[in-house]
Amino acid sequence: MNAVAVEALVKKFPSTSRRAGGAIALDRVSFDVGAGELFGFIGPDGGGKTTLFRILVTLLKPDAGRATVLGRDVVKEFRALRQKVGYMAGRFSLYPDLSVEENLRFFASVFGTTIESEHARIAPIYSQLEPFRDRRAAALSGGMKQKLALCCALVHRPEILILDEPTTGVDAVSRREFWELLGTLKQGGLTVVVSTPYMDEANRCDRIALIHRGHLLAVDSPDGIIRAFDRPLLGVRAGARYKALLALRQYEHANSVYPFGDVIHYTDTRTDAPLEQLTADVRALLASQGFDDASVERIEPTVEDTFIARTGSPDEELKAGVA
Amino acid sequence: MSDKAIDVKELTRTFGSFTAVDHISFDVTSGEVFGFLGANGAGKTTAIRMLIGLLEPSAGTARVAGYDVYKESEAIKRNIGYMSQRFSLYEDLTPRENIRLYGGIYGLTLKQIRERTDRVLTRLGLGRVADDQVRSLPLGWRQKLAFSVALIHEPRIVFLDEPTSGVDPVTRRQFWELIYEAAAAGTTVLVTTHYMDEAEYCDRISIMVAGRIGAIGTPAELKQQFGVASIDELFVKLARPGAA
Repeated sequence: MNAVAVEALVKKFPSTSRRAGGAIALDRVSFDVGAGELFGFIGPDGGGKTTLFRILVTLLKPDAGRATVLGRDVVKEFRALRQKVGYMAGRFSLYPDLSVEENLRFFASVFGTTIESEHARIAPIYSQLEPFRDRRAAALSGGMKQKLALCCALVHRPEILILDEPTTGVDAVSRREFWELLGTLKQGGLTVVVSTPYMDEANRCDRIALIHRGHLLAVDSPDGIIRAFDRPLLGVRAGARYKALLALRQYEHANSVYPFGDVIHYTDTRTDAPLEQLTADVRALLASQGFDDASVERIEPTVEDTFIARTGSPDEELKAGVA
Repeated sequence: MSDKAIDVKELTRTFGSFTAVDHISFDVTSGEVFGFLGANGAGKTTAIRMLIGLLEPSAGTARVAGYDVYKESEAIKRNIGYMSQRFSLYEDLTPRENIRLYGGIYGLTLKQIRERTDRVLTRLGLGRVADDQVRSLPLGWRQKLAFSVALIHEPRIVFLDEPTSGVDPVTRRQFWELIYEAAAAGTTVLVTTHYMDEAEYCDRISIMVAGRIGAIGTPAELKQQFGVASIDELFVKLARPGAA
């Protein structure tokens, strides 16, 4: 049995000033999550991640379509489901005036259990929080707040964890630690569904869904998503990076030109030209414009390259009135 | 006036027995894009609040846009721009109204406000939605507009606190092109981010660790100095010593 099965899910919200007929938050979304899988929803704010998760945890009813979690319908069997789901909302939603220990004790008691009887399960996370057990939740750092929220979501022994952007606004080191914890929980057999706007976190998942404007662009393993990138990707390095970027963008054969850290990622419109020709042409273009130190080589695409290729520039859409 | 937009010496702030910022010294040159990095709780926000005149230091000196943070904090506020992920624009006002509001607060003339409104709306391609409520715009557009509004009074320095959190990858890059444009026009930019690829876009970066500056330099210099392949790796090395 799949841990999550979602079929043609639709959710609309009442119209805003600009969007007569209402905004579609989810547009016929379908996917499955296998038992024991670490499954990620990757996409920017406003894509529909939170709406989808709120439906999965029975806090919101869909307008059409069907979703089951652990074999239970999210609308008809919501009461039974709530006992079995661990949920972390995107916004920090613990009690800021209670201490670390008081928060955990409170959430345990709501589900009729105690910290002591659940200790084995939460130990890997609680051990990191114990030095701060008497500190008020409001006074914790961002990374520690998220660990406490994860602990509270686990304390009633859920069979599935649904985590909405647990690493947003958290620094790179704490993010890494949080993902290590998720890996540990997965090892223990727990199904984990998690969303993130950070594309570099995709590789931590067994499978990912790219989500954008209420649509799933792709559902696959991170490797599968990357393999679907359908043209050579060139990495360009130059001392005067921003000027080189502008020069490449003016190039008649340029398809896409984006900065990725200290490398410019470039694709060409000539999809059937051999790689040697593409690199030679780009090199020649840069040399002709005085970028003597520029290097050009083929590089492996990332999940973020795929996402950009699939969504294009939001400018065009806004100008065309689609947004 | 010197070409140092920000000049900080031994700046310190304590809260009771806790030292949030511990004798930090650095400077930022005019027109530089300076990445101000650090883990949550390392002291970045406290340092920035001192630099923008919202929090008095416990010790040390700092000059921002040539003004002293102790005696001239009001002059600093007039000469800097600020935007953050959490608060930047009034969502129930339109783009045009936000620009007029901030222009008015900074004492621009009606003529200046008119000209700059046209310039911003044209540059961002927001003409079609100039009179819609800001809340109806996609997040990425709000953030690009917020950046332009933070620059509406043409400040010497702009402080950007996690400006691209949660923004889609294309818009994130477009946002950085706005930063480069502003820097090329002479504006100094101090920016914080949790995206480590963005750290590589900066001219120089500093990484705060437990109230001190753990590393400072160009991304290339730092990678060489610490023998790491990326700023991400350096960040982990400094912020969590002993880990892999």
